Order: sequence, then C-alpha cells, then structure tokens
Amino acid sequence: MERCAARRAPEEERRVRANAREYNEKFQYASNCIKTSKYNIVTFLPVNLFEQFQEVANTYFLFLLILQLIPQISSLSWFTTIVPLVLVLTITAVKDATDDYFRHKSDNQVNNRQSQVLISGVLRQEQWMNVRVGDIIKLENNQFVAQADLLLLSSSEPHGLCYIETAELDGETNMKVRQAIPVTAELGDISQLACFDGEVICEPPNNKLDKFGGTLYWKENKYPLSNQNMLLRGCVLRNTEWCFGLVIFAGGLKQQLLLCCTEGRERHPLMPSCFPGPDTKLMQNSGRTKFKRTSIDRLMNTLVLWIFGFLVCMGVILAIGNAIWEHEVGVCFQIYLPWDEGVHSAFFSGFLSFWSYIIILNTVVPISLYVSVEVIRLGHSYFINWDKKMYCAKRRTPAEARTTTLNEELGQVEYIFSDKTGTLTQNIMVFSKCSVNGHSYGDVQDMLGHKAELGERPEPVDFSFNPLADPRFQFWDPSLLEAVKLGDLHVHEFFRLLSLCHTVMSEEKSEGELLYKAQSPDEGALVTAARNFGFVFRSRTPKTITVHELGQAITYQLLAILDFNNIRKRMSVIVRSPEGKIRLYCKGADTILLERLHHINQDLTSTTTDHLNEYAGEGLRTLVLAYKDLEENYYKDWSERLHQAGSASEAREDHLARLYDELLGATAIEDKLQQGVPETIAILTLANIKIWVLTGDKQETAVNIGYSCKMLTDDMAEVFVVTGHTVLEVREELRKAREKMMDASRSVCNGFYQEKLSSKLTSVLEAIAGEYALVINGHSLAHALEADMEVEFLETACACKAVICCRVTPLQKAQVVELVKKYKKAVTLAIGDGANDVSMIKTAHIGVGISGQEGIQAVLASDYSFSQFKFLQRLLLVHGRWSYLRMCKFLCYFFYKNFAFTMVHFWFGFFCGFSAQTVYDQYFITLYNIVYTSLPVLAMGVFDQDVPEQRSMEYPKLYEPGQLNLLFNKREFFICIAQGIYTSILMFFIPYGVFADATRDDGAQLADYQSFAVTVATSLVIVVSVQIGLDTGFWTAINHFFIWGSLAAYFTILFTMHSDSLFRMFPNQFRFVGNAQNTLAQPTVWLTIALTTVVCIMPVVAFRFLKLDLKPELSDTVRYTQLVRKKQKTQHRCMRHAGRVGSRRSGYAFSHQEGFGELIMSGKNMRLSSLALSSFAPRPNTSWIETLRKKKGCEGSSAGSPSGAADKTLKV
Amino acid sequence: MKNKTSFLPKEGEAQPSRCPDNSAFKQQRLPAWKPQLTIASVLSSFFLTGAFCITVGVCLVLSANSVREIQIDYSDKCSDCSKFRENSSNWNKDCQCSVNFTLKEAILGDIFMYYGLQNFYQNHRRYVMSRSDAQLLGRNVNIQRSYCAPFSTYRNGTPMAPCGAIANSIFNDTIDLFYNHNSSVIQVPLLKTGNSWWTDKNVKFRNPDSYNLSSAFAAGTARPPYWQKPVYLLDEEDERNNGYVNDDFIIWMRVSAFATFRNLYRRVRRVRRFAEGLPAGNYTFRISYNFPVARFKGRKHVILSTVVWSGGSNPFLGIAYLVSGSVATLTGFVITGIHLKLRKKKTYFQKQ
Repeated sequence: MERCAARRAPEEERRVRANAREYNEKFQYASNCIKTSKYNIVTFLPVNLFEQFQEVANTYFLFLLILQLIPQISSLSWFTTIVPLVLVLTITAVKDATDDYFRHKSDNQVNNRQSQVLISGVLRQEQWMNVRVGDIIKLENNQFVAQADLLLLSSSEPHGLCYIETAELDGETNMKVRQAIPVTAELGDISQLACFDGEVICEPPNNKLDKFGGTLYWKENKYPLSNQNMLLRGCVLRNTEWCFGLVIFAGGLKQQLLLCCTEGRERHPLMPSCFPGPDTKLMQNSGRTKFKRTSIDRLMNTLVLWIFGFLVCMGVILAIGNAIWEHEVGVCFQIYLPWDEGVHSAFFSGFLSFWSYIIILNTVVPISLYVSVEVIRLGHSYFINWDKKMYCAKRRTPAEARTTTLNEELGQVEYIFSDKTGTLTQNIMVFSKCSVNGHSYGDVQDMLGHKAELGERPEPVDFSFNPLADPRFQFWDPSLLEAVKLGDLHVHEFFRLLSLCHTVMSEEKSEGELLYKAQSPDEGALVTAARNFGFVFRSRTPKTITVHELGQAITYQLLAILDFNNIRKRMSVIVRSPEGKIRLYCKGADTILLERLHHINQDLTSTTTDHLNEYAGEGLRTLVLAYKDLEENYYKDWSERLHQAGSASEAREDHLARLYDELLGATAIEDKLQQGVPETIAILTLANIKIWVLTGDKQETAVNIGYSCKMLTDDMAEVFVVTGHTVLEVREELRKAREKMMDASRSVCNGFYQEKLSSKLTSVLEAIAGEYALVINGHSLAHALEADMEVEFLETACACKAVICCRVTPLQKAQVVELVKKYKKAVTLAIGDGANDVSMIKTAHIGVGISGQEGIQAVLASDYSFSQFKFLQRLLLVHGRWSYLRMCKFLCYFFYKNFAFTMVHFWFGFFCGFSAQTVYDQYFITLYNIVYTSLPVLAMGVFDQDVPEQRSMEYPKLYEPGQLNLLFNKREFFICIAQGIYTSILMFFIPYGVFADATRDDGAQLADYQSFAVTVATSLVIVVSVQIGLDTGFWTAINHFFIWGSLAAYFTILFTMHSDSLFRMFPNQFRFVGNAQNTLAQPTVWLTIALTTVVCIMPVVAFRFLKLDLKPELSDTVRYTQLVRKKQKTQHRCMRHAGRVGSRRSGYAFSHQEGFGELIMSGKNMRLSSLALSSFAPRPNTSWIETLRKKKGCEGSSAGSPSGAADKTLKV
Repeated sequence: MKNKTSFLPKEGEAQPSRCPDNSAFKQQRLPAWKPQLTIASVLSSFFLTGAFCITVGVCLVLSANSVREIQIDYSDKCSDCSKFRENSSNWNKDCQCSVNFTLKEAILGDIFMYYGLQNFYQNHRRYVMSRSDAQLLGRNVNIQRSYCAPFSTYRNGTPMAPCGAIANSIFNDTIDLFYNHNSSVIQVPLLKTGNSWWTDKNVKFRNPDSYNLSSAFAAGTARPPYWQKPVYLLDEEDERNNGYVNDDFIIWMRVSAFATFRNLYRRVRRVRRFAEGLPAGNYTFRISYNFPVARFKGRKHVILSTVVWSGGSNPFLGIAYLVSGSVATLTGFVITGIHLKLRKKKTYFQKQ
C-alpha cells in the first residue's frame, strides 16, 4: 500500500480547485488514505519490543535478569527469569501481530472501498484512498456521505436541493435540506461538471459542525458558501436520487475533530493530540484514543506496588539478618567458607544479600500474572463473540467484544447511559391506534390481553381493495376499515384530515407507486395510514393537494399551511374543497388543542381524553385532530391581515382560530422500541443498575420513550422536570427536587431503608423504594454541569431512579458521563448507535455500540458491540458477572499460590544464614508459575460458573457483589495473602520438624538439602492443586484435564529432571540426580506431604463451610436451591407483563422542528412538470430559503458552541 | 479477528453465516461437575481425616518410641584435642581421644553409627554452590569456570581435586567403636560402604578413567588445602571405595538442609558377637580428632541408633499427626454444633 500523506504545517485557509489535482496537490491536503496499523514486517520486532519494555512489569523483569548476571548476587540461574519473560513477550508479540494484521486488513478494506469519482470527464469507480481534495464525487440515495465533507454542487432534485439525515452526527432524526448554490445547481450532467473549475477558498478544517464559511470563485464571480451548501461526512442522503459534491475536506475532518474535541481535550484544531493527522482518521475511531483500564486493573497495579514494597521489606529484613549473621557467625565460619572476593564486611555482604533475596522473592509479583489475566480476558471475549443468544439473526450480526481488556468490569456496572434513537427505539414510527368520534380503534385482540410482539399477532387487516396501499403498512383492527367502508363520516373526515394536513411531498415514479418524503417519520406514518385506508395523498402543487378519496380523485385548493413549530405545537392547513367550502384542519398536541375546542361537546372531549390517556399509557405518541369550517369573509379578512403583517406571522393563527369547532379524534403513533427494551430495563433496574437516557431528542419524545420503556412509571412518586434557563432557576429547581425527596423519605421510608439494608439477602426480588425521576434538558444541563453546581446536580440525579437528559449535545453526553465517573467512583457504561454517542462511548468506562445499522462510528469507538439493546442484560448479567467472578477468583488464587510458594524462602532464610539459598530446585522455580500451576487456574478463570446463566437473569440481585466490589478488594487480597503466608509457614516448618535429625528407613540421612527441596516442592504442588480443586466450582472436562494434568506434569518433569541420563549430559545443571526416586520412596516423606496438605486445606474448608452455612451469599443460596429443588420450577418471575393504566398526559407526535411548509407554499421543491400543471403566481422566490437558512444558521450557532449547549426548544 | 468461528453456510444463503456455532463449548454449556460444600461432605471429610490422622499418629509415635538411640557429644570430652586443633600448625599431627559409655541393655537389630554436627551451615548458598559435579563425575573440566572458588586452584594453577568448599571441609574424624568385654577390648566390626544412595555411588560420582587411581589424580591435581591425604588415598583397602566414590566423601557431599545434621558414618557389621546387635556392656569410642569445630562454635556428636519403617527416632511427625487428627475431629464437632444451632434460621431462610 502506498504511503499515506505526511503531516503538514497548519493551514490558514483552504484553497480547493475543482477537477485540478495537480493544483490542489501543492497544498498537501490530507488524503483519504488511512493507516491504523502500527507495524510492518521489518519494524515489528524492534518496535514491538520497545513498546513491551515500556511496560513497567517487563522492565522490572529485565532488571531482575540483569541482576542475575552478577555472580555475587545471583541466587538463581538466569533462566528462571528469562524463560517466563520470553514466554510473556512472545505471547504478547503474537497477540500484537495478529491485531496488527487485522488492522492492515481493515485498512486495506477501507482504503479500497469503491466510490464514484469524476476523473477527467468520466465517472469512475475509484478506491476510497485515492479520493483527493478537489475531486467531484457522486452520491446516490440512501448512501452515506462516507468519504469526506463535500460541497454540494448539484442534485437530482429541482434547484439543487437535497435531503439529508444527520442522525449520525447529532442524533436528530428528521430530514434536513441542503441546497447547492444556484450557479452550480445547473451542472446536472457529467460533461458540465467535468468542465467545472471553480475554486473554493474557505476556512481551514475545524470542529464546528454547523458552521462553514467560504467563497466560491468561478468565472470571475464570487459566491458565498455556507453550511447550507455542505454535506458533512456522516450524513445520509435521503429522498434524493443522486447528487454531486466537491471534496473540500478529505477524511472527514469535521467528524474527527468533533470526536476528539468532545473528549474534553484542548480544542485547537491542529494540536497534535487533538489532530493526529488525517491519515489516522479511522484511528480515532478504531484505535483506542484513551487506554481504558478496569478498576481491577488499577487495584491490581496498586496491589503489585504494595507487594513490591513488601518484597523490599522482606529483602531488608533478610539483608539485615545476613549482615548480623555474617558478623556473628559467618566470620567464625570463614575457614570453611571464606567471603567472596571483594566482600570485606558483613554490611556489604548484607547489601549483596538484599539483591539476592530480591531475585529469589520476585515470584511474589509473578510475571505470569499479567499475561494470565490477558489470556483469561481473551477467553471471555471469545465467549461473548460466540454467544448465540447475542446474535441477531435479522441483522446477521453477532455480538463482538472489540476490546479484550474490560470484560470483568462488565460485572461491576452501576450506571448505564443510553442513547434513545436507534438504541432504545428503532426510529420507526407506526400508526398504531386512533380514536374517532369517541370510538377507539386499533386494539389488538390478543389472547393474552397485552401487547404482543409482532409475530404473535393475528393476521393484519387486508388492504388489497386499495391498489394504492402501501404494502408495508400493517394494522390489526379490522373495525376501522369496516367503518371506512360503511361510510362513517367522522372516520372519513378523520382520514381526510390526515391526507391533507401535512407537509409530506409525494413522488410517483410510475402509476400507483407512491413515495412519500416526510420531514418527520411521524408525519409519514400518518399520511401512510390515511393512504391505506383509502384517502391517498397523491400529489401537491403550491396551491393544490390532490387526494384519491376511496378511488376518486379530488383536488383541494390549498389556501395556507401554518406549519408546525415548538411553541404552537400544532400545524394547520386551510383548504377549499371542490364544493367551495373553506375548512381549517389542524392536528397538534392535546394540551394545546383541547383547550381551544368549543365546549359544546364535553362528552366527546372526555372520551377522547380517556383514549389519549390510554394511548399515552402505552407509550404511544399522540396527536389530536380537529377542524373548523371557515366563512369566506372571515378567511379573506385573515389572509389580508396576514399579508400586511407578513413577517410577524407567528401569531397569525391565533388571529384566525382561537377555537376549533369540531374535535375529530386522536391518533396514536408508536415509536417502535427495540425488541425487549422494557424487559431489559426492568431487569437491569432490579440488578441495581441506574439507567440514564441521554438524547438529543426533544423532552416530550424522551419522556414518552421513558414511559414506554418503563423507565418512568406512574408508580413513581414524582418526575422532576428541570427546564430552567438561568443558573439560578436550575439551582432552585434542583434544590426543590432534593427537598421533596428528603421530606418524603424522612416521613414515609424512615426505617425502611434500614430494613432494606439489613434484609438484603432475605428477598431476592425486593421492591425498589423511593422512586423518583429527573428530566433535564440540555440548556439546564449546561448550567447544571458548571463546576459549582455539578455536585448538586449529581446528588439530585443519583437519588432518582431514572434520569432523562434531553436535547443534549454529544459533548454534554460525555460531560455527564465524566461527572458520574468523577464523583461516584462507579463503573459507567454508555450505549449508543450514532456518531453523536461516540463521545460518551469513549468517555465511559465501557462503551457499547449498537451494530448492524447503517452507521459504524459508534461501533468503531465502542468496546463491545451488538445489534439489540436487549443483549445488554446478557452482556452484563451473564458475561459480565461471570467475568468478574472468574477474574476475582483467579486473582485471589494467584496471589495465594505465589505467596505460598515464595514465602518459604523467607522462612528458610533464618536457617541458612540468610544466604539467599533457595528452598527449591531452580527448575521448579522456573516452572512453578508457568507449568505446574498456571493451567488449572487459567481453566478456572475461563470456565468457572457459580450459577447457571438462567439464574443470573432470574435473580438480577446476583449482580450486586460486582457493583459493591465484594469479590476482590483489598480485604480479600489480604485474606489471600494471609492464607498464602499460612500455607508457606506450614510448608516450611512441618518438613523442618520432620527432617531435623531424622533418618531414612535404610539408616541414611533424611534431611539432606535436595530431599528437603523435593519434599517441600511436592507438597506445595499438591496443596495448591487441592486448593484450586476447592476453588473450582465448575469442573468441566478441561478443568479435570488441567488439574490432573498439572499434577502429572509435575511428577513427570520431576522424574525427568532427576534422571540419570540428563545428569550425564549436563552434570552441573541437573544436580538433583536420583533424588526423586530416593526421596519419594520414603513413607515419611509421603506422610509429611499428607500432613502438610491436611493442615493447609482443612482450615480453609472449615472457614468456607461456616461462611456458607452462616452467612451465605445470594449465589450460594441459588446454588443450594438449585441442588435441592432440581425438579421444582422456580416460581420467581422477574417480569410481569401487566398493562399499565396511564394517567399521564401524552407527549405529542412531531418530535421535530418546523417542516417543509414554507418550502411547499413557495413551490421551490416542485418539479417543473407538476408546476406546469398548477397555476400559481410566483412569489418572491428567495424568501423561503433565506428564512430557512437564517433559522438553520442561528440554531446552528447555538448548538455548535459546546458550553452554551444548544437549546433547541427555543428555536422557532 | 474475533470471528474465525463458523463458516457453515446456511441453506439458501450465498454468504457465510456469521451466526456462532451452537457448540456446548462456545455456548459455555459444557457438562460439568459442580461440587458444593454440604454439611454431609464437610463433616465426613473432617471426621475421616481426624480418624486417619490419629491412627497414623499413634503408629508413628509407637514406632518412634521403639527406636534405641545413643548420642554422645564429644566436643567437650575431647577438649584437649579441640584446643590442639585450634592451632593450625598442628594440622597434620594426630590427636586421639576416647569416649566411654555403657549400654545397660543390648541394642538389637541393625545399628547405625552417625556423626552429628551442630551449627555447621552446610545449607549456606555459597557453600551449597561450591562444587563441580562435572569434576566429581570424573570428567576433565576446567574448574576455573565452576563455582568452586576460592577452593578451585592453588596459586600455581594446580587444580584441586575435588574442588570447592564442600569437599574442602570434609568431616575427617575417624571414629572406632570398641567393646570392653571382661577387660578385653574387642573392636566392633563396622561397615564403611553401602551407606550412600545407589544413584550417588553409581551415577553421580565417578572416578576419572585411568589405569589406576593415583595416576589419574596425581597428575595435574592436588588435594584440597584442608585435607590430610589426597582423594585417591581415602580408602586404600578398597579400590571401589576410593577416590570420588568413597562413601564418606559422597555422604559429605550430599549437603544437609539445616545447620544441625547427622550423617551416616558406619553400620555395625552383624557378625559373631554382634550378630544380634550390640550386647550390653561398656564401650569406647576411639576418635582420631581432626575436624575443628570450636572456631565456629560447633559441636560434634557420635550417635548410635536403630531404625524402623518411619526412620529414626523423631517424634515430631507422630505428635503432629496426633494433634492435627484431634483438631480435625474437634472441628468436626464444632461445625456440627454450629450447624445444628443455626439450622432453624437457615431453613427459614431457604424457604424464602
């Protein structure tokens, strides 16, 4: 692969000339080529070794190795260190090499991705990496703007319009409009484009998503460019067949800068940390920008430091002992054992002995610890990848553990930060229910009486009578269609409204094949529903709307569209029917509409309200529909006034209709949740995990989803809504919320908390008390996250059961996560699917990306990815829990076995003149950690299970020990260490007692050094094997194999090492010749080993059993019950599918901003063919786009500044 | 990299399925034995262990008690010789001393004679290292590069044979046992071979291949500085017990694990009067006192002992077994007690 472009000097401004590669080349702009791999074949070894020796542990062992080469110090042979070190380095190098190989592969794949580039007048398939700044590329419908930031030149739509979805960028799901500047919009075909040689001079790459400033110089004219002309990387082209764009920033700089700057770093665009070179663009996403460590990692590092301190202490003690001994005893012994050359004082001898002991005792910090931990984590990652229950058949995506270093932290999560759109919801709106004239339609006759999954429903309504019906639309209540067919006037009017009152645009490719372009998915759903029930919106001109009402084409004259906005919360159209009647149709939020109704029909209003509540209770998004007949004069009057006060049009509808005559009914749209979301949230909540939803969406929508996924419930004592605009307001609101909660808990739950804590174990599925929820919007959040208020905010939020932050920017998402991380010291998990979630995914301890959808940014930034939110429960409760458990058990055992092994030297030091004589054979020391004891504990670390997976779902409380960090903490560590030291004492002193003055059964001396070494080593291996047997709770065949295999390996190697032939070959290396068979033939030796084992193990058994008997953990109980009632079915069911009776006023549909109303009335977006048919008087044709641009501009600037968090509710 | 797992194409699918294998291993559903600590298993293990330990303990104590042992510290009794040895100018002069003792009862069976040393740090790292196994295997090696220093070569470059601190400091007292029977003194016949491990004698130690031993050693090597005679004169009577394969030497070279130890020196040869063992009566150890111990505050013993299946008379193991057995049994009872006392609470809990 060719080399990617080198770094260059910071640029002041950017000059890009279209179709002029040579010209652009001299600026050395970033190319599209990416390189995330670290090594190539030549550099691998040196670079990798250099990197590995930057690890403290590896350097430490290198240091030990060097120490061992000094003969005065060397208490062990050099190979006792080098063999494990080489092993560890090799394993790591192999892992790094495989990783890099796959990085090379993915680089190649990305670089070789095809895109259509216009090169010398021909549209060519070009590899992605070859796309250069200044190239013109072609995009097609539903294609990602994946390559670069583009200047829109022209599109298939009239006036160079094109529609994009920016969900990946900012999480908003509505469509946005981009327009090419008029001069380029005409460049429709390739030959024209090939001649285009305009030059763009614009700002250098920066991180502002919604600002762009530049000028196009073409044919000696200047054209200003704005963000309105740009297609940013990450957008999706919608409803636009094709478009051409000029590459301005290759490699999606804006995107990348957004990502790195949301990590809270300094925001200078060209700072190296923030701007690692466009070459490494994907690196930002796929490589880890911040190396995430688990809390166990950090604990482990602390403990290793402590152990190191302990090691130095032992070294000092023994060195002092050595100095004293040499001074008192060694001096007298010099005739037989003179001091080494260069050693002239006992003090210096002590100094040397310190280093000797450091070498000997270094095995308390075993090098194999880190590599074993890595191996275990790798195993756990594979289990996640292999999990069939986390495989989504629909999207054909298995779960993937993208990092292998965080698994056990999955078992400790306390806070989940979730995105809404695409994560909790599918971002699909479905017309689900409606209420017409007091009659509710759409209930599914389900046998179980509750809403079922799609597959369980009966046959949907058959719309085959209607040739124009959308085959994808499904409805399950046949009575509505019957009502249509029977000619119910209300129902007809209801659907007529739906087919007229909207800003959807239609496109009819061929007869009957209608395509709707809706500004928001809700609207699309409503118009599609009307279409299927026989009121087909066919086409529109600026002045007319053509509807096929039950097969009959009727053209209404469109008099006005009063588009939706956030303040009025409704939209209206005024149409004149063919009969000449003028009618105002309106749909909008119930809160607004119901109070504007004539109070003549109270009954209908109250029934409809009941229905609305019912729908809202199911988490549906509702709209109320109403209409009013207008007098001809009245309309004229209004329309004149409107013309006069053209700009002050905000209040215009209020002039027109303060009251609506007729309530038609209500619609309910289902914002379809991902499968199993409420269940998952319920289980996770039971597992004491707090779930915060952070969404860029509106408050109403967010709250609505909160209800539908059961995060918010009516059982909740209160839902606090913080919407303050100033610091003081926000502070006040937070304070009030806190006070309320405190009052309530003081009065009601006094004692209850005490009880709850003490009886933690008695109830598996205890009720969750004190339920509050907090809803805060982005604007308030910006204040709440300021340094002086963040603690207050956090306290309030953490006291709440559920927290919903809406209208938040990606940066704020990250800030919220950071806040919880900072003060709560809890493990956080962020889950999301879009580019706007990347920042929080990277900030949180664990980032989870929803894969299988279009965007991949989130997945690339994530640590784990799968395609359904519901898999989260399995990831945490099963995999995470097991990983944590296994890792903790592994660490406990690992420290234990190394202390038991090493401390024997310490005790022996007091009997051998502190001379750093080892107790064991040097080969035993070499192999103990890597052969004799490594595999059984690895097998336990990989395979152990305390309770079966179903149980961890049934008893979410089983998750709690991980959150409370109970299984491995400093206390547990000291217990392990104590057990290790206890074992080492017995391991040394029992053989000492037996061997002193003892003789063999053939009269020879028993207590020779080599026999002692073999006895201690054998009993050590047996004791730690029995101990691992005791620790292993899940003996698979592999565990059996490893445990018995280790013992067998020990004896095999022992006898081999002590064999005659090896000794004959290397007499100086294998001095223990004949020792094994001579020593192990002694009954006394075996009795010693047996006694040591019994004395080491029995107390452990006793303590474990008493703990189990008196203070069982939940998992013990579950295991026990499992054992006792194998046949009985557990009656515990976590999930109850109970229909919730809602009492909440609904959130209304139209989650989004103002639609295309103005665009439609201006006729800008109509095709010429349709325009020709209509007879509309051209208006001043720039006005609409100007206003639109203005709006976008101001909304953009507020959203863009990270501190002043966009308050999108403000925009009009 | 994660998914190399399954490439089994599903029916009618062109692309390979990414669905993971449904194998027990990958789905973590391997059949497994799930042992649990139940009251039955724990109690039975405690009581069985207790019973086993007590039984073994009783056997060990009984057999250890049946061992007869006589231990005599002769470092004080031969104080003259001790002082004599402190003067290094006397290094090649002989010093004899006698130690008397009386056996009230005969000692029957195989009788082993040991010398015991106290405070002699044979387990010191530098001491343990200081040998060349290749040399002791009769190979002609450059001992300069071995760990024998400073006992590897003399100043003139002549290598020591055997080299190293261990060999140099060999225990070189000679101890003879005499039986004083009715004023006649009978030397107790002692065996000086067959005391070492077979592997040591036949594998670990070999003399250099040569026509005769003296020529092999005399040419180019010298005895260690503290030795009174060269290695090829260790046992002039028995060629197979001479040189590196001398039993006394081999036993000394098998260093002890602790600073206080005893090494097998001789066995009583069970012939004639001593066919049953040592009869009761007066005995004398006649010791040629060569090994100085006073300088390092050491002590020397001579020991006579019999042996049973569990070795010599070391009561530690038996007592340790008895204690552990009792503690295990006791713990068993305590656990039973605690379990019964709290059972009510427990069953209540499990009904929950």
